[in-house]
Amino acid sequence: MGAWKKRINAVICIEGLRMDDLVAEFLSETVESLEIVDVELVKFEQDPSNVAGLDKVFRLLHTVKGSAGFLGLDRLGTLAHSTETLIDCFRDGAPVSDDSMTLTLEAIDRFRWMLEVLSENGQEPEGDDKEMLDRLAEMSKEVRERLENPSKGEAKTEKGESKKEEELSPEELNALFEQQVAEAEAAMAKEEQQNTKETSQDEKKASEVALNQQQHVAPDKPSPAKENSEPSEPKEAKGKLKSTSIRVNMDTIEHMMTMVSELVLTRNQLIEIIRQKDDASFNAPLQRLSSITSELQEGVMQTRMQPIGTAWQQIPRLIRSLNQQLNKHIEIEMIGSETELDRQVLELIRDPMTHMIRNSADHGIETPKEREEAGKTGGGTITLKAHHEGGHIILSISDDGKGINAEKVKEKAIRSGLITEADAIQMSDNQILRCIFEPGFTTTSEVSAVSGRGVGMDVVRSNIELIGGSIDLESKLNQGTTFIIKIPLTLAIISALIVQIGDAKIAIPQTNVDELVRAQNNSEHRIEFIDKTRVLRLRNRLLPLIDLKEVLGLKKAESSDHSEDNEGFVIVANVGNRVFGILVDAVFHTEEIVVKPLSSPLRDIDYFSGNTLLGDGSVILIIDVNGIAKNVGSIAPLDQESEHTLHHENGLKNTSSMLLFKFGANEPKAVPLSIVTRLEDVPQSKIEHTSSGYVMQYRGRLMPLVTSENGVLPDRKTQHVLVFSDGDKTMGLVVDEILDIVNDYYDVELGSRQQGILGSAIIAEKATEIIDVTYYVAKAFSNEMTASEWGNQQSRKSILFVDDSLFFREMLPPILRSVGYYVTICESAIDALKLIENGGKFDVILSDLEMPEMDGIQFAEQIKSMQDYADIPMIALSSYTGSSVSSRCHQAGYLSHVAKYDREGLISSLFESISKTGAAA
Amino acid sequence: MSFDKEYSNELITHMDGMAEYITVRIMNQLFGIPISQVREVFTPEAITNVPLSPKEIAGVLNLRGMIVTAVDMRMRLSLPPQEQGASYMAVGIDDHAESYCLLVDSVEEVMRLPKESKEPSPLAVQERWSHFTSGVHLLDGQLLVILNIHNVLNFNKEAA
Repeated sequence: MGAWKKRINAVICIEGLRMDDLVAEFLSETVESLEIVDVELVKFEQDPSNVAGLDKVFRLLHTVKGSAGFLGLDRLGTLAHSTETLIDCFRDGAPVSDDSMTLTLEAIDRFRWMLEVLSENGQEPEGDDKEMLDRLAEMSKEVRERLENPSKGEAKTEKGESKKEEELSPEELNALFEQQVAEAEAAMAKEEQQNTKETSQDEKKASEVALNQQQHVAPDKPSPAKENSEPSEPKEAKGKLKSTSIRVNMDTIEHMMTMVSELVLTRNQLIEIIRQKDDASFNAPLQRLSSITSELQEGVMQTRMQPIGTAWQQIPRLIRSLNQQLNKHIEIEMIGSETELDRQVLELIRDPMTHMIRNSADHGIETPKEREEAGKTGGGTITLKAHHEGGHIILSISDDGKGINAEKVKEKAIRSGLITEADAIQMSDNQILRCIFEPGFTTTSEVSAVSGRGVGMDVVRSNIELIGGSIDLESKLNQGTTFIIKIPLTLAIISALIVQIGDAKIAIPQTNVDELVRAQNNSEHRIEFIDKTRVLRLRNRLLPLIDLKEVLGLKKAESSDHSEDNEGFVIVANVGNRVFGILVDAVFHTEEIVVKPLSSPLRDIDYFSGNTLLGDGSVILIIDVNGIAKNVGSIAPLDQESEHTLHHENGLKNTSSMLLFKFGANEPKAVPLSIVTRLEDVPQSKIEHTSSGYVMQYRGRLMPLVTSENGVLPDRKTQHVLVFSDGDKTMGLVVDEILDIVNDYYDVELGSRQQGILGSAIIAEKATEIIDVTYYVAKAFSNEMTASEWGNQQSRKSILFVDDSLFFREMLPPILRSVGYYVTICESAIDALKLIENGGKFDVILSDLEMPEMDGIQFAEQIKSMQDYADIPMIALSSYTGSSVSSRCHQAGYLSHVAKYDREGLISSLFESISKTGAAA
Repeated sequence: MSFDKEYSNELITHMDGMAEYITVRIMNQLFGIPISQVREVFTPEAITNVPLSPKEIAGVLNLRGMIVTAVDMRMRLSLPPQEQGASYMAVGIDDHAESYCLLVDSVEEVMRLPKESKEPSPLAVQERWSHFTSGVHLLDGQLLVILNIHNVLNFNKEAA
């Protein structure tokens, strides 16, 4: 070894390197190697035919051993040697067992630990690894035996030789190796003298390697050390790699980044000055400076870019250990690992990503037994996917597991007070699923070792939102769950819209801006005031507006008269699934800005995410749109569901914006703002009265108008009309007065005997009735005498609903009304009978089975015994389902039997029952 | 970080028994800032107001490409604000890798004072600014109140 060391030292002297540098180099190289070793080992375990990967592992470990040896890192060297011995057994074809692989990975972890200590103290840790070395040696022996015994007969000659080789003790092997090296040295020294002096250091190294191999292989049988009989191609490849890439300290890049950022700012400043000077002679060089700066900026950003695969490298290893802990056979699939993103962002998503993978493995994928029962093949797969989309990277983590049970989520959310039962009824499954991102939410009740340690998805979400990203999920029961994360490529330089608010200029990040609308009184996009709240008409919807001046406290007291600033620019911003408008005074231009953090006394202001220098040298603040949305209370959610399902969803989210107005009787009425298409002030002259009621021309069509119960238009010049659209149907509700838009929290109490009213709530300290828009749309179209599916008066069927449970009495009727039925509610069968005896007419009777006093069966028997009512179809509702219950129902005269929670089943059997009687009549 | 600085400053000055201060005037009161903590003195220009910030923060400004948070010392010391249009001077200070400047009425001079002449703040000063001062020096006819810069710039602790 002496000659070798001397030689290396000589090289070191030539290159002017110190020992410290060498150790540092060793550290970074070895850490990288170990990562590859990890990946390759797990790959090999899955696919034992992948000998190439194993060879790579062997080579890398060998390099570690060699380097550790001449750096005097004996502990590392010894461990590397023992691990190498074990791996060599696998290379010879020994079957890989679980425990042997675990031991190998353990050894790799020990390496890592030693490297950490080394990097901290500059020394190997104290102590030895006797225990681990013994285990490794024993394992090697065992594996070797396993290899020899079953395969004795078929062992090829080569294998036989290698076995012979293996019989040499490690010391002997070492001695042999050193001897070969020495020979190589000698040969090389000679050759080098002949070589011309201008040979570059790199080439020297390369030739050194090559020679080494030749020398090593030539005098020996080809078998002894396979690593040397490997074709030299991979090593050459490595040499090439070395010459095209260099290691750069992270600090250097960070510093360069800062400098480039400054350069960008200075360039912007210069452009600003020249713009004012109006001197054409600067234009050309400035143009050039500008483009060079941009290119430089891009280049430096590029150096910070890393493939997302670097963050994925540990994942196969993670999955492997999860599989062991959870007794599952999960496979991992990674697509798009070459997708690059900023190192800083990469570091920040690493933890949330790992957390989510743990979640998927623990909660998402079922145990093998469960999978078998569900008829699924394989042990389950977690798929990671990454791709670029605009300035973002889209990262998805999906599993083919059991999916998230929306019902469970709902229950949990209600129990933890995140939503009320009334909300839950109105929410789509996807909306309910999103509850899992709320703080304090976890679906598993018990804490497991793998996930669910109280750090929930809310932490994941807040971590992702911290870097300007967003997260969403899709889940199908028994098919799996997909989490979709959208994150910006870089954080350092962002494109922002510079706007004016009062006297101040402010930057709004472009990523949050959907569009820019100029609001003018006479244009289609108008700002309107509904009491003190502003809304913007944008295409077919009313958008809640946030006045930045007000939010930031820049509003002067005297300008409380808002009629003057009806014009301005509205930035349509989106955060998650919420869309809202931000009102600003003027918009200048977009600019690439360098985000600089605010100093600590200013960091608590949620509305700003940082500050920056503009081209003109002024400092401006950067708006945090997330913070604005969060602090300005709730903003009407905008998603597909609420857009199109007017008749299914009345948007009774307890925190949605509600439009308050006067309509008919004295109490104020309310309707969710999200379902109002437009607000129109219509001159009286435009409203016409036809035989079927009031109509007006609206966008080239006749729009039916609905007035309050008395059917008379209030006497005044202009009428306030709320326009509702559903599909191609549009109707207007003529209201007496528009009162306000409120964003308060309120409990909506569903259920009302009055037609057209969905329920009531306390809004702004007043009892307020919530309008059932469906009813009025139906009314408008029945007046118009169109044979639409809304149905006319005659075809609207009435239902008698009997249930002793208050909950169902509140929950079901709105649903039934929303699909077009009149509903009469009774608390007990006895009440219902009385109602019928008094001459109540109904098309269908819907009754609970389990009721006190008189149950559903008795009730049906009673009805069927009444002459006039024997033909009324009856549907039984029950929490229990089962054939015995069903047959009892049929005997009693029920047409069908539906589970209480089965909304769709209920609606379809209602439909069936009615069509049946229709056919009979 | 500035703690260390202050500390080492004390040590150095201890050796030759002298302490150096930049003296500033805030509403007729003379204050001293340990010179080791001062980066520079400049005339502030174009301060950008930060909406919703604590009232002691005058805003942020650009000092040769660096964003500096300006602290209005009058507000910080609970004194009435300057008249409209009055001039300010700024004393630039680095604290915990962040750049600040203190807005004062005027900057006077650099003073070298014997260390041992520093006395604990009298009761009147303590009542008002106990947290912000580290002692006083008696000059002929007036009191030089030495500012504890670290506490002046620490907005969080107070809130807690």
